[in-house]
Amino acid sequence: MSKGNLTRRGVLKTGAVAGAGLALPTYLSAAGHEGFTNAPTGSTVTLGFNVPQSGPYADEGADELRAYELAVEHLNGEGDGGMLNTFSSKALDGTGILGKKVEYVTGDTQTKSDAARASAKSMIEKDGAVMITGGSSSGVAVAVQALCQEAGVIFMAGLTHSNDTTGKDKRANGFRHFFNSYMSGAALAPVLAANYGTDRKAYHLTADYNWGYTTEEAVKSSTEAMGWETVGSVLTPLTQTDFSSYITPVLQSDADVLVLNHYGGNMVNSLTNAVQFGLRDRIVNGKQFEIVVPLYSRLMAKGAGANVKGIFGSTNWHWSLQDEGSKAFVQSFGTKYGFPPSQAAHTCYVQALLYADAVQRAGSFAPCAVVEALEGFEFDGMGNGKTLYRAEDHQCFKDVLVVKGKENPSSEFDLLEIVEVTPVEQVTYAPDHPQVAGGSLGTCNNGA
Amino acid sequence: MDAIILQILNGLDKGSAYALIALGLTLIFGTLGVVNFAHGALFMIGAFCAVTLSRLLSLSHKVEVPGAVDFLGNPQMRDVPYIYDLFGESLGAGIIDWAVPLSILFAIPVMILIGVIMERGLIKHFYKRPHADQILVTFGLAIVLQEVIKYYYGANPIPTPAPSAFVGSFDFGALVGFEPRTIIYPYWRLVYFAFAALIIGAVFAFLQFTTFGMVVRAGMADRETVGLLGINIDKRFTIMFGLAAAVAGLAGVMYTPINSPNYHMGMDFLVLSFVVVVVGGMGSLPGAVLAGFLLGILESFASMREVIAIIPGINQVIIYLVAIVILLTRPRGLMGRKGVMED
Repeated sequence: MSKGNLTRRGVLKTGAVAGAGLALPTYLSAAGHEGFTNAPTGSTVTLGFNVPQSGPYADEGADELRAYELAVEHLNGEGDGGMLNTFSSKALDGTGILGKKVEYVTGDTQTKSDAARASAKSMIEKDGAVMITGGSSSGVAVAVQALCQEAGVIFMAGLTHSNDTTGKDKRANGFRHFFNSYMSGAALAPVLAANYGTDRKAYHLTADYNWGYTTEEAVKSSTEAMGWETVGSVLTPLTQTDFSSYITPVLQSDADVLVLNHYGGNMVNSLTNAVQFGLRDRIVNGKQFEIVVPLYSRLMAKGAGANVKGIFGSTNWHWSLQDEGSKAFVQSFGTKYGFPPSQAAHTCYVQALLYADAVQRAGSFAPCAVVEALEGFEFDGMGNGKTLYRAEDHQCFKDVLVVKGKENPSSEFDLLEIVEVTPVEQVTYAPDHPQVAGGSLGTCNNGA
Repeated sequence: MDAIILQILNGLDKGSAYALIALGLTLIFGTLGVVNFAHGALFMIGAFCAVTLSRLLSLSHKVEVPGAVDFLGNPQMRDVPYIYDLFGESLGAGIIDWAVPLSILFAIPVMILIGVIMERGLIKHFYKRPHADQILVTFGLAIVLQEVIKYYYGANPIPTPAPSAFVGSFDFGALVGFEPRTIIYPYWRLVYFAFAALIIGAVFAFLQFTTFGMVVRAGMADRETVGLLGINIDKRFTIMFGLAAAVAGLAGVMYTPINSPNYHMGMDFLVLSFVVVVVGGMGSLPGAVLAGFLLGILESFASMREVIAIIPGINQVIIYLVAIVILLTRPRGLMGRKGVMED
């Protein structure tokens, strides 16, 4: 205390002034002049893009952010318009949303639930974001969705694949375009049966968290329905990096298929280790040993290198799709950034457009009006064929892609090839299906 | 029986990585008395030396592929490494294939340099400070290094395969009379184990049989007296820091084909390595090696399905459980000496 001029009064004064300063914008924006949180009053509207900018999924997050920036451009009438030209709803006209220019703020989820909630909260309270979107983890999606429900803003989920996001943890203010574990299982099982036969013994390695459980359950039940037997399943810690001690017991079992319910770095490492241990060269029960990766991501497939060749998995979307919507999106994304978009980028871009369109059709930014406009909304031209935003659980129902690691990639992006586009009917389930049962949407919340 | 042999092999291989990192940590702690939380970052930087060299070797220029188009409809370009132009395609491809082992030569000077800069530039100023300060500053340094790597290399893992000669696995079972293909082990992991054994042996020989090593050992035992004898122990300790950094870096280089390196791989190993050092006994080099292999093997056994079935979750806690038991029964660790970190 000898050098600084810190006194008790000084500290109190500074604290009071700083506190008032911080509280002011919150007071102004959250006051709810039109009866809902962060009602846009000027000539602009602010969206909050909450993506992992640091941590293990930072590359996905960067791609999501690119997609959002592209979406904002297109909404404001800049660029080539992308999917606005192919989207079946024609409510958006390139003049922003309801005539208000779209602006955005970004937050860093760090792929940690608490950090993601903090950044979403800050964007809602300080920056006046009227909608939060993004993310690359189910844990984060569930946490931020609950926060948005309480705060009275809309949450448009990014990449989240757990059944729970629109299952037992669903919320009225939250919407998911991405597919889920159930759909992966339902799409994969017939392809696996057709390629590997119905008499197979599967061994599961599963990431020890929510997404891992729902994916294991989904793949198990749909492959068992095809006649497969599950001979083992082991939970692996999320922080595991060397999977060798989990792979060697597979060699000792009589399993002839290994299912890796892993994502991200886990998937890269477990798959690499499995291939190193020669699993793919094995003959068990007179059959070729096979590996399955239920959820593929192109960005991660790149990390696993040549090990993905010939391995089946599922994905929400892939840039090589040849429908008009996908082509338009790949064209404008590729022109702007020089490489094709990932599935994370695709789902985020579509979510931003879907939100804007719903506001436009509802004629209001009020969350309850947006919820009403999105519930039961059917659309096309966004890359996945005819799609329904189901009213009962706010989950999109659309075709699912079964993909395979490509044998002879022609470029560093050309890692997966589409084996089958599974029609939406085959992956649709009842809202009270045991795998997603529990929880309730509750009622929409307009907030202030 | 074959399952047990496999898990022992697994443990040896995991243990080699733990032992190599813990060895460096102990060297630094024993000589400089610094608890270096940035040691995991050195392991990671070593791995990225391999990534960097393989990228440098693969530096290429674009050549148009006649008749093909890319995803935007522009002419398809193919990357042709400059090294092909220099040495011809087959030799060039061979050099790129051997990028990981070649990185050893690249990593040694780089890591020693990084180690010396770290010690002279930052850690030197913390010798007289409490251990808590040292932990804070080195941990902070680790985060900075990690973010620097992420900035330049991205967050996703980067595949860095072993030379194709080492791809595939060795049928260990057939060799010792089991059924063929029941006990197989990847070649590269065997290489890693042999490499670790070599490095550990070399470090011990260096400390045991050279005058330099003798002075360092004397300094570890009683720094003050060695100083009073007119020997500049500080300079030697700086070199030891560089050496420890090189050991960690080499462990990282050779690890890249086992798991694709990413920016936080150092942190993944750091905590475990500290447990290894504590279990082995602070400041004891043989203790670090012994504990590294011991914990590696125990971890392997704990992740067997049969074991998890009896004690669920044991795979996640075994290492810490063992650490607690050992510290309760032998408070100085397996081979810890009296007086280390006790004043």
